[in-house]
Amino acid sequence: MNNIVDRRLNGRNKSAVNRARFVRRYKAQIKQVVADAIGKRSIKDLERGERVDLPREDTGEPFFHHAPGGRREAVHPGNREYTAGDRLPRPTGAKGQGDTASERGDGEDDFSFVLTREEFLSFFFDDLALPDLVKTQLTRLPDYTRVRAGYTTSGVPTNLNVVRSLKSAAMRRRTLQAPHARALRDTVERLEGETDDDRRTALELERLRLTGRIRAVPFIDTIDLRYNHRIKLPRPTSQAVMFCLMDVSGSMDQERKEMAKRFFALLYLFLTRVYVRTEVVFIRHHTQAAEVNEEDFFSARDTGGTVVSTALALMNEIIQARYHCGDWNIYGAQASDGDNWHTDSSHCRELLAQEILPKVQYFAYVQVGAVEEQGLWQAYAELAATSPKLAMQKALSVAEIYPVFRQFFTSKHGT
Amino acid sequence: MSARPISTGSEWTFELIEAYHQAISRAARKFKLETYPNQIEVVTAEQMMDAYASIGMPIGYAHWSYGKEFVAVENRYRRGQMGLAYELVINSNPCIAYLMEENTMTMQALVIAHACFGHNSFFKGNYLFRAWTTADAIIDYLVFARTFIQDCEQRHGEEAVERLLDSCHALRNYGVDRYQRPLQLSLDREAAKRREREDFRQSMVNDLWRTLPTKDSLPLADGDSRFPLEPQENLLYFIEKNAPLLEPWEREIIRIVRKLAQYFYPQRQTQVMNEGWATFWHYTLLNQLYEDGTVDDAFMLEFLTSHTNVILQPAFDNPYYQGINPYALGFAMMGDIRRICEAPSAEDRAWFPGLAGTDWLSALDFAMRNFKDESFIAQYLSPKLMRELRLFSVVDDDQQKDYQIAAIHDDRGYRQIRQALAEHYDLGSREPDIQVYAVDRRGDRSLLLRHTPHQRKPLGQSTGTVLGHIARLWGFSVRLEAPDEHGKWTLVGHSQPPT
Repeated sequence: MNNIVDRRLNGRNKSAVNRARFVRRYKAQIKQVVADAIGKRSIKDLERGERVDLPREDTGEPFFHHAPGGRREAVHPGNREYTAGDRLPRPTGAKGQGDTASERGDGEDDFSFVLTREEFLSFFFDDLALPDLVKTQLTRLPDYTRVRAGYTTSGVPTNLNVVRSLKSAAMRRRTLQAPHARALRDTVERLEGETDDDRRTALELERLRLTGRIRAVPFIDTIDLRYNHRIKLPRPTSQAVMFCLMDVSGSMDQERKEMAKRFFALLYLFLTRVYVRTEVVFIRHHTQAAEVNEEDFFSARDTGGTVVSTALALMNEIIQARYHCGDWNIYGAQASDGDNWHTDSSHCRELLAQEILPKVQYFAYVQVGAVEEQGLWQAYAELAATSPKLAMQKALSVAEIYPVFRQFFTSKHGT
Repeated sequence: MSARPISTGSEWTFELIEAYHQAISRAARKFKLETYPNQIEVVTAEQMMDAYASIGMPIGYAHWSYGKEFVAVENRYRRGQMGLAYELVINSNPCIAYLMEENTMTMQALVIAHACFGHNSFFKGNYLFRAWTTADAIIDYLVFARTFIQDCEQRHGEEAVERLLDSCHALRNYGVDRYQRPLQLSLDREAAKRREREDFRQSMVNDLWRTLPTKDSLPLADGDSRFPLEPQENLLYFIEKNAPLLEPWEREIIRIVRKLAQYFYPQRQTQVMNEGWATFWHYTLLNQLYEDGTVDDAFMLEFLTSHTNVILQPAFDNPYYQGINPYALGFAMMGDIRRICEAPSAEDRAWFPGLAGTDWLSALDFAMRNFKDESFIAQYLSPKLMRELRLFSVVDDDQQKDYQIAAIHDDRGYRQIRQALAEHYDLGSREPDIQVYAVDRRGDRSLLLRHTPHQRKPLGQSTGTVLGHIARLWGFSVRLEAPDEHGKWTLVGHSQPPT
C-alpha cells in the first residue's frame, strides 16, 4: 500500500513552458534589454545570457489587499521592557508593522532574472528575421567542455571551496582585529608598568573591553564564502579569420553603424559554428585605412571623403603578412553607405577580383541606409554576377541583413 | 523491537528509506495516527523547484506566473540565498511526499515522519480538509484541468486563455465559499459531472437575462427587487454562473481556478496547526525511535539541529525577525496541550478545566480534527506559553500619533493577546471584505461591488487593476462602493470592460 518511487529520471524541465510564457509576456522590455546589451557588447561576446530587471509593478499579480492604514493590532514575541499602555514613536520608514498585505516582502525593487544564452540569441535573431532553420543552426552548440574558471562569491553549497573561504575569513579576521590587537598590546604594556590601583582597574577594564572586541569578530561570515566556479566552453572544429571593413566617413551615422554591427555579429556567429578559432580583424577607412580594435572600430567617427580601395589594399596586405590562405579560412565583410571617390570604384573591383576573392571563402558587402545604387555598388554588381564568392545586399533596416547570408549558407550546406 | 540502529552514516538507499518508513509507521500506529497510504517520490533539486513554482500541484496548467515563480526560486537557490525546503507534501490519496535526493538519511527520515505521518494525518483528520477537499479525486481533477486548458489554448489561442487566467487569478482569493455549508461529498464524480452540466444549462437560461429582451413581459412584477437577493462573497462563482457574455469554455476555466482555490483554502487557514502538528509528530516519533534504539546518537544530533532551526523564533527586535514562525508557534502549542494534559498546574486547571489531566493523545486528536488556526489559538493558547514566548500586542492606529502597547503577557493581557493573535490568523479579517451587491438588470448591466472596511483599513494599490479584471470577466462595467465617514455608500472605483 505504500510506495517509494524514483522520479529523478523523468520530468526534468517541467517549468520550461511556464518560463517561456513568462519571457514572452515581457517581450517588449526584454527586447529593449537585449538591444542595449548588443550595443554594449563586443560582437564576439553575444553568446551568453543577460540579466534582465523588470520593475516589480510590471510583474506583480494584482489582488485585493489592504494598504497600510486604519487600526491594526499585531502580536509579536520577545517582549523585554514594554508594559500595557506604553507608547512608542511610529518608525519613520512607514513600514507596515507585522501584518502587511504583500506576501512577498523580500524588499527588492526589481524582479531580476538572467536570460539564458538561447533566449538571448532568440531575441537577437528576432530582429534579423532569420528563417527558423537558420536559428536552430546558430543556436545549436557543437560541443561543450566544462573548465574551471576561478572562484565566485555566490553559489550553491556543493561548490563551496573550504580552503578559499577559510583563507578569506582569516584575512578578514586579521584586518578587523588588528587595531584592537594593537591597542590591547599597548594596554597590557601599560598595565605592567602601572602601580596606581585606580588606573590599574581602568586599564584592566580597557583590556577586557578590547579582548571582547577581538572575540566579537566572527570566525566566519557569509562574505568570506568562496565557491568553485566552472564555466562551459564551446568546442567546435579549424580556424578562420574574419575581416570587418567599415566606412567611417561623415555620412555613416550611429544608426548605420548599429546596423553594420549586427551584420558583423551575425557573420561572426556563423563562423564560430564552423571553426574552432575565429579571429577578427577590424579595418576602418575614410580616405585612409587603418587596423583598429573593436571599440575604436564602432565608436570613432571621422569626417571627409571616402576611398574604399585603401581598406581593400590593407586587407590584402594583412592577409599576406599574417593569414596564409592555406592555414586560414578567410572571410570578408564590408559595410558602407556606398559613397566612394568616383574614380576609386573600378580600382576596388580590380583589387577584389584579382587579389582578394581568390584568397577568401566568401566576401559579403552590405550597403546600409542608402537606397540609390552608388558607384561602389555598380562596380561590385558586375563582379557578383560572375563570382559566387561575392554576396551583396542593400539594407535599410536590420531585418534586411539576413539575405546576404542566405547564399553563403546554402553553399555551405551544398558541400 | 530492534535494539540495533537501522543505519549509520548519512548515505540513503531505497532499502533504508523503506526500513525507516516501516519503523516510523510502527511508532505512528502506537500513537494511533490515521493516515492515507504514502507515496514517497525521490526528486532532484530542480524537480523540487518545479514543484515549488507550481504551488505544490504535481500537475499544473501552463501560466506565465508559474514561470515567474520558478525563475524567482531558481535565482535565489542558484545564488545560495535560499535552501530548498526539505519536503513538499500533497493532500491526495495516496498522500504524495517529495524527498530531495541531496538530503542525508537523517533528513529523509525526518521528512518521512513530518510529511508522511504528520501532514498526512492532518489532511485526513482535520474538518476543513474533510469538508472542502477530496483527496481521492484531486490528481484526476488536476489532469482534467490541464488537458482542458491545453485544449482551450489550441482552439481559442494562448493569449485569450492567458488573459482569462490572469483575470481569474486576480480573484483567486474571492473564489472560495467561506461560510456556506459544503455540498455533500459522498456524491460520486458522475453525479457531480451531471450536475455541472445542469448548472451550465441553468446559467444559460438564467432568470436574470431571460427577462431582458422583452421588456414589457417581465415575469418579476416587483421591479425593484435586487439581484442577487443577498450579497455574494464568492465573486468567481457569481461571475461563472451569471456573467452574460462568457462562452462555455470560459465558464469552465473560471470554475477550474475556483475549484483549485477552494482546494488550497484549508491549507491557508491551518498553517500554524498543520505545521505545528507535523513538527510535533516528527519530534515525538523520532524520539520514540531513539528510545527503542532504532536510531543512534549521531542521527539524533543531526535531527535535533534541523529541528531547532525549524522552530527558531527570533524576537521582534532581532534582524532576522519576520513575524511569528508558524512552525514554532504550532509546535509549542501542540507540546503545551500535551503538558496541560499530563502535568497541569493550578493555572492550567483554571484556564482549561476540560483539558487538564485528560488523556493527551485524544485531546490532541480532538484539537487537530475540529479547529482551524483562528479557533485553535483562541481555544488553546495558554498563559504559560504567552509568558514563554513573551508575547505582546501593539496597536497601530493611523489616527494616533504613536504605536500603543495594548497588552502584554500578564493577567490583564492574556485574553486580549489571545484574541488579537487569533484574529491575525482569521483570513476573513486579513483580506478585504468585498462582495457582489447588485446587478443593474434594467440598465447598463453593470455590476456593483461593496467593500465593507474592517478597522478602517483602506484598499491597496492594485484595486483598480483588479476591478479591470472583474470588468473583463463580467463583460460590462463594474463599480465599487465603500462607506464614507458618515457611513454613506459612495463610489470608490469603477472600471469598463476592454473593448
